[in-house]
Amino acid sequence: MSEKAMAPRDQGAPDYTQYLHPLMAKNYGKWDYHERLRPGVLVHVAENGDKLYTVRAGSPRTMSADTVRKVCDIADKYCEGFVRFTTRANIEFLLGDASQLDGLINTVEKDLGWPVGGTGPSVSNIAHTQGWLHCNLPGTDAAGSVKAMMDDLIEEFKTESFPNRVHLSTSCCQINCASHGDISVIVQHHHPPRINHDNMQICELPKVVAICPAAAIRPAVVNGNESVEVVQEKCMYCGACHGQCPSMEIRDAQTDTLSIWVGGKMSNARSAPTFMKLAVWGIPNNPPRWPEVSAAIRRILTAYKEGAKDWERVGEWIERIGWQRFFEKTGFPFTKYHIDDSPEALSNLNRSAMVRL
Amino acid sequence: MSNEDSSPGMALKTPLLNELESGPWPSFVKDLKEYSKKRPQIVQLLNQLEESYENKWNYWLGKIINVPGYGGGVIARVSEKADKYPALANFHTVRVIEPPGWVYNTAALRNLADSAERHGAGILQLHGMSGDILLLGFDDNGSMNVAEDLMNDGWDIGGSGAAMRTLQCCVGQARCEMACFDTMKTTKFITDSFIEFLHRPEFVYKFKFKLSGCGNDCGNSIVRSDMPIIGTWRGPMQVNQEKVAEFIDEKGLEYLIDNVITRCPTRCLSVRGKELKVEDSECVRCMHCINVMNKALKPGKDRGVTILVGGHRTLKIGDTMSSVLVPFMKLETDEDLENLKEFIERVWEFWNDNGMDHERIGEFIHRVGMATFLDGIGMEPDPRMILRPRTSPYIKFEELAPTRFGGEQTQNPKVWNRESEGPETAD
Repeated sequence: MSEKAMAPRDQGAPDYTQYLHPLMAKNYGKWDYHERLRPGVLVHVAENGDKLYTVRAGSPRTMSADTVRKVCDIADKYCEGFVRFTTRANIEFLLGDASQLDGLINTVEKDLGWPVGGTGPSVSNIAHTQGWLHCNLPGTDAAGSVKAMMDDLIEEFKTESFPNRVHLSTSCCQINCASHGDISVIVQHHHPPRINHDNMQICELPKVVAICPAAAIRPAVVNGNESVEVVQEKCMYCGACHGQCPSMEIRDAQTDTLSIWVGGKMSNARSAPTFMKLAVWGIPNNPPRWPEVSAAIRRILTAYKEGAKDWERVGEWIERIGWQRFFEKTGFPFTKYHIDDSPEALSNLNRSAMVRL
Repeated sequence: MSNEDSSPGMALKTPLLNELESGPWPSFVKDLKEYSKKRPQIVQLLNQLEESYENKWNYWLGKIINVPGYGGGVIARVSEKADKYPALANFHTVRVIEPPGWVYNTAALRNLADSAERHGAGILQLHGMSGDILLLGFDDNGSMNVAEDLMNDGWDIGGSGAAMRTLQCCVGQARCEMACFDTMKTTKFITDSFIEFLHRPEFVYKFKFKLSGCGNDCGNSIVRSDMPIIGTWRGPMQVNQEKVAEFIDEKGLEYLIDNVITRCPTRCLSVRGKELKVEDSECVRCMHCINVMNKALKPGKDRGVTILVGGHRTLKIGDTMSSVLVPFMKLETDEDLENLKEFIERVWEFWNDNGMDHERIGEFIHRVGMATFLDGIGMEPDPRMILRPRTSPYIKFEELAPTRFGGEQTQNPKVWNRESEGPETAD
């Protein structure tokens, strides 16, 4: 460590005012309306008539310092040096001069190789997690599966052809750091953790016991050492203990599978926010391109595009037509595993005589 | 200095990853392969990732590394395959607090890129799922040195462990006509006011704030944060009837009926001729009609926030959606912000005094009950906090129950004035 050893400096969040495009700073809180000029291009109009143009492009999220510098070169040339990023890892180039739009779009797509789109009723960039590149818990990769999926969905990113926006997310374990989306992919495990009793000294055993949501872990002495045991019948293979203690190994390269969940929604528009629900399970974890995942997502998107009314999100469309129709239209089997057995389970049954026949 | 020079000359061997180079979406593999020409340690990173692809197995372990004085900010990663890939023996992530709303100028981005490259692998992720800037690939010394450089350049690190996490907010008033409060300013205010809790984990578990300027929730707050702060307004929304008429002329009356009137969740919209009528007392600020007719309709002028509590993903009790805690709070003046700060402190105090280890606040409320939680933080119940009242008749009415097992009754009956029958145990 250097001589200038640190004490906590508690500097806090950066002063964002220095990073605001001049038109943002000038019209802060004074915006009137916005329009989408074409997919990926927004114009925000201020009360005084000022116009700020935004060109949105999909980023790979993980990027080298050199790629960041290429982004900066473009922003310096076209945007007075101002950009922002979105919740779904898109970049937004900001500019005040509409005559520069074509040049900017061309440079972003050709030189940087990042597609322009992701606005309005399109499939936006996929919120995703760390995966094999750098996480300590993953059962699959994130950046790679996102790359493969978005290769397949590139036209859906670059056009606005859906009833409403489609948010995708992928997560590499059931903790699901990328959270709920209209369509979400997560990993699932299929047996209790294997316990490495010889390496339990690295873990705080009371915490390992306490973290289990199923109360399936209890202290045990194994080979004369303090360890734990797992009540197999109680364990639901969630992997909470694995996050707490690496000696509780939940992952299994041979048996882990992927599942697809639909109908998550954060927005309050029209209907209250909703969680994602199980659609398809047992999809192979198949690097490097996970073709089965892309194919399943394509089936859901095709049915959504054909069946949903304007402004309906995936979950709203399914709630309207009913889950029976969802499984019919997508062709995915409905199984006993789709029926909830969580503490919320009864409230997820059809508690009425309202049945489509 | 960092581990970049170790094991020079290792050949890149990534047949599986190479399949992620083609195709129209930008490829992180292509980028990192190109970059590995000047950063040999990235060859090792890609070769290890290739093994993960081949064996469907992960080779990273965690450990704990902290910058002196900090309890968070460095996510330590060590490779199980350090013998084979020595440059990955210590390959940590540093979490940097992002500018609210993820706004940057290129000087700031270049500065981050330079710091990432000077002390580590030179890989950036914009951004992490908690909203933070992630810089990858620092060994122990590199982690300390990059933190030093970052702090000298005005950045700050933190947000891991049982701590307040980096906040996240939408673009807000900087570029959105729908934002009902200053998301960026509030994000900076909360971050700075409680920065010690972001730097030094001392909660029972993590705590996340996410802020969105309106109910569209572009900040993804309601499921993904322990305390979503979402913009809203009191009183009537703003309606420009001329623009309503223009909308009808352009799109047709049927479009208005099918996509606006009938999509209102509380049926508070109706159309008479080319005039839109809004029953404002029934409006729940869902934002749909404003989204569709954003030139004609705007949020009302008396703006503030709704504060919710308890959202988090599935571990351990299953997903919890945040629910309403404060139906409306003004958030404009410095005094308003101080009120918010005081409110957050009250919530934290009760949760941290009574929560169990590793218990998110949503799980805590699930365990003790929302009514107990409200008692604990000193808030009156409000019907806007619930969808419907309880259906279970098993209730411990404090006002009605006689004291048991001796002792004085702690509260005077408020409803039932019958004389106490005395403790059950008295002979």
